[in-house]
Amino acid sequence: MSNYRIQGATGDWEVVLGLEVHAQVVSNAKLFSGAATEFGAEPNAQVSLVDAAMPGMLPTINAECIRQAVRTGLALGAQINKFSVFDRKNYFYADLPQGYQISQFKHPIVGEGTVTLDLGEGRTKDVGVERIHLEQDAGKSMHDQHPQLTYVDLNRSGVALMEIVSKPDMRSPEEAGAYLTKLRTILRYIGTCDGNMEQGSMRADVNVSVRKPGDPLGTRCEIKNVNSIRFVRQAIEYEAQRQVDIIEAGGTIDQETRLFDPSKGETRSMRSKEEAHDYRYFPDPDLLPVEFDDAFVDAARESLPELPDDKKARFVEELGVSDYNAGVLVGEKESCDYFENLLSALAAKTGKDAKALAAKASNWVMGDLFGALNKASKSVSESPVSAKQGADLLALVEDGTISGRIAKDVFEIMFETGKDAEAIVEEKGLRQVSDTGEIEKIIDEVIAANPGQLEQYRAGKDKLIGFFVGQVMKATGGKANPGMVNQLLKPKLDG
Amino acid sequence: MTDLTKLTIAEARDLLKKGDITSRELTEVHIASVDAADALNAYIAKTPELALEQADKADAKIKAGEQKGMTGIPVGIKDLFATKGVHTQACSHILDGFKPEYESTVTQNLWDDGAVMLGKLNMDEFAMGSSNETSFYGPVKNPWRRGDTDTVPGGSSGGSVSSVAGFAAMGATASDTGGSIRQPASFTGTFGFKPTYGRCSRYGMVAFASSLDQAGTITRTVRDGAIMMESISGFDVKDSTSVDMPVPNFEAALTGDIRGKKIGIPQEYHLAGMPAEIEALWQQGIEWMKAAGAEIVDINLPHTKYALPTYYIVAPAEASSNLARYDGVRYGLRDVPQNGGLVDMYEATRAAGFGDEVKRRIMIGTYVLSAGYYDAYYLKAQKVRQLIADDFKRAFEKVDAILTPTAPSAAFAFGEKSDDPIAMYLNDVFTVPASLAGLPGSSVPVGLDANGLPLGLQILGKPWDEETVFKVSGVMEEAANFTAKPAEWWR
Repeated sequence: MSNYRIQGATGDWEVVLGLEVHAQVVSNAKLFSGAATEFGAEPNAQVSLVDAAMPGMLPTINAECIRQAVRTGLALGAQINKFSVFDRKNYFYADLPQGYQISQFKHPIVGEGTVTLDLGEGRTKDVGVERIHLEQDAGKSMHDQHPQLTYVDLNRSGVALMEIVSKPDMRSPEEAGAYLTKLRTILRYIGTCDGNMEQGSMRADVNVSVRKPGDPLGTRCEIKNVNSIRFVRQAIEYEAQRQVDIIEAGGTIDQETRLFDPSKGETRSMRSKEEAHDYRYFPDPDLLPVEFDDAFVDAARESLPELPDDKKARFVEELGVSDYNAGVLVGEKESCDYFENLLSALAAKTGKDAKALAAKASNWVMGDLFGALNKASKSVSESPVSAKQGADLLALVEDGTISGRIAKDVFEIMFETGKDAEAIVEEKGLRQVSDTGEIEKIIDEVIAANPGQLEQYRAGKDKLIGFFVGQVMKATGGKANPGMVNQLLKPKLDG
Repeated sequence: MTDLTKLTIAEARDLLKKGDITSRELTEVHIASVDAADALNAYIAKTPELALEQADKADAKIKAGEQKGMTGIPVGIKDLFATKGVHTQACSHILDGFKPEYESTVTQNLWDDGAVMLGKLNMDEFAMGSSNETSFYGPVKNPWRRGDTDTVPGGSSGGSVSSVAGFAAMGATASDTGGSIRQPASFTGTFGFKPTYGRCSRYGMVAFASSLDQAGTITRTVRDGAIMMESISGFDVKDSTSVDMPVPNFEAALTGDIRGKKIGIPQEYHLAGMPAEIEALWQQGIEWMKAAGAEIVDINLPHTKYALPTYYIVAPAEASSNLARYDGVRYGLRDVPQNGGLVDMYEATRAAGFGDEVKRRIMIGTYVLSAGYYDAYYLKAQKVRQLIADDFKRAFEKVDAILTPTAPSAAFAFGEKSDDPIAMYLNDVFTVPASLAGLPGSSVPVGLDANGLPLGLQILGKPWDEETVFKVSGVMEEAANFTAKPAEWWR
């Protein structure tokens, strides 16, 4: 249970949250037409006759979108409805060419499922999914292109969306954020939505209500089209406080649709319940009900990759990666791909079992790599050092060619130049010195050059061994194998 | 030389094959005939240049031995069908100036077979009407007159029937939502054929009520209907409701042999107040069927009386949504009041662009789909629709075809019913039930009433059994020997 509370004058208030996430389906063509769906095309360059609702044009279902919705349902452990119906949701708007949106109302393609939130420190929480239905997106009205006119871009018109409706199971802005994060991760893993919130391929309607803990549900307001996880949190914080203030001042909450203004950090009314549309839903007579068999569902299931929760469990239990590392790596598909590619390349190169390497490799990805990427403000997919290159570097440490210390320097150069580790090691002569005779020779020289320190050591100042190690390393330019130095130095100092 | 406009499609086909005539000759006389028939107001756009171009192509095809049933045959196209670069407005003001960039599948099928387009045909606005009085382009006149009084051609395919009855087309495409092919065929002494729902693609057909709309044909004979229907039929991936079934050779079904066929006579179609001569003609039709060796079986279609109210909920509901796209944003009429915003534009455009009947149906449809009324109207109507379809299903367990009058009256005069929507809607009382059930049906001209106006009988068949409908229609046609022609007053 979340203990997030809004402290009001009359006591603590609990926030109740439900999310409707609109996720653009990854598919080459729109839900009911053959037009392309690529982001960033010239306005109205990707519009078929169907998308523009020309007279006599008919929608035909794109089977790939159906498959993607089913895959999404399966990934959320949801009920798959082998019979579903497309309905028309009727309303007028300039960027809605048909005068109705084709959606699913009474019979959605996916029923109840679950998203497990990771709340940090090993805490999890299950949030129920009420349903997922498929629907077509509207176009875009552009009010800022002309002083009097509104321009309409229909590129998005007809693009397939999944509306993923949660149950009102969340109780804090953090949980809502964690839900969106987790959902996004899952969709990206299975490739049904690219999760790109800046480009609008994922956006959320947030339902917010407040109540005294234990009371029945309060009246909710719906905040439309919030397009980042940060804004979702901000919108909830503002909206919950607004509702508490109204109720405590003796008012009541009007059920209404609101908009979040990120520049002011506030929500404001869009339309009230009285102004709400009567959508006059009815089954679209241009489309037959969607029906498929178990074989279709089985094939969709078989096409699913390992899901994030399963992957994390495997990292921890089978590979010995720490719970924290596993959580972070699995959280972003690109990070996880990087780690897995690096680990398999490293195992191949060293001939060692992945289990023996995984913890170290995860530490390196999380530490050295992420540190450098953060500093350079780059994402994993923009990393100048590929997973294969990273594996080569770690392999050099594994086989004793270079020390861990030298590896850090080599990595810095790799990150800057994109060169391979081995080339840098050769070029700079960074190969570790593991020759007993050579190291012994240097030790002898160091001891001979520091008689005072040797006397003090032999008089009982044990800590001076560090000084001698330092001198040896310095004399070898850091290349001496530190284990061997320690091993050889002590007997000589002890005489 | 014989008047080529009086040929049937089958006759013209045979003469074209023999090389006795060319499509160009046939097309030229029809272009003249189209011009001579302006008084009927059947055509709202003529395409003579295109027609001649298509005719020449057809002649080349015939020469190359690639003739099909419709090759070189001049036809008219109901304004409901999208024809690339040509007037396509469903005879509504709101589609002013609209010329599509695409071709409907039905017309494409015709052109693929080498047919020739004479022009676009008048119709009730968005196919909403039973008298062709709701067209933005003015009413169509029936070639058949009641003495000196002009009569309506029926609707909504008024231009289609009038052009074919008036020898200004050898055949015409039409569409049937609640009777828009069969009722006007009956009013004009033509043969109207509506196939099973799903037999023809609706792609490129301006939608009225999607679950009911179905393309069909108007011809002067049953055989011509079979030839033209075969051309326009077929599965189309672009229409999810079209059905992937092979198209039979409909003409081959015209064997003239209906011995042993069971013909059902629905008792509920004996309407109180129906003209006695229609009852008598129906009885005559029954006798003809018997004489041809068919067995007459009384059947019951108990939910018949609910068909009209059901239809006038389902069709307007779908229409209210289908017509939402006419908003002034992308094509057709746009009316923006000074300083008006988006909603003002919608209101002004739709107020100016739609006629009264269309507005009436949009309002009825919007009402029956509204929250709080949906269950009582739309949902209930869907249930009744199923009961009506079940009635037919049970009946067709006992019979092969059903015989009824096509319409409860002959053609009426202009203005006689246009002030009374209910009286107008009653015209479709015999055609609507089969539309709701998606069944194939025809109207065969069988005689004249006391005023010299044609009357038709309706033949209905099982789903996908168009062949039996053609077969029975052919026998009826032969028995009735309907040879009367309208006096060509319009020339």
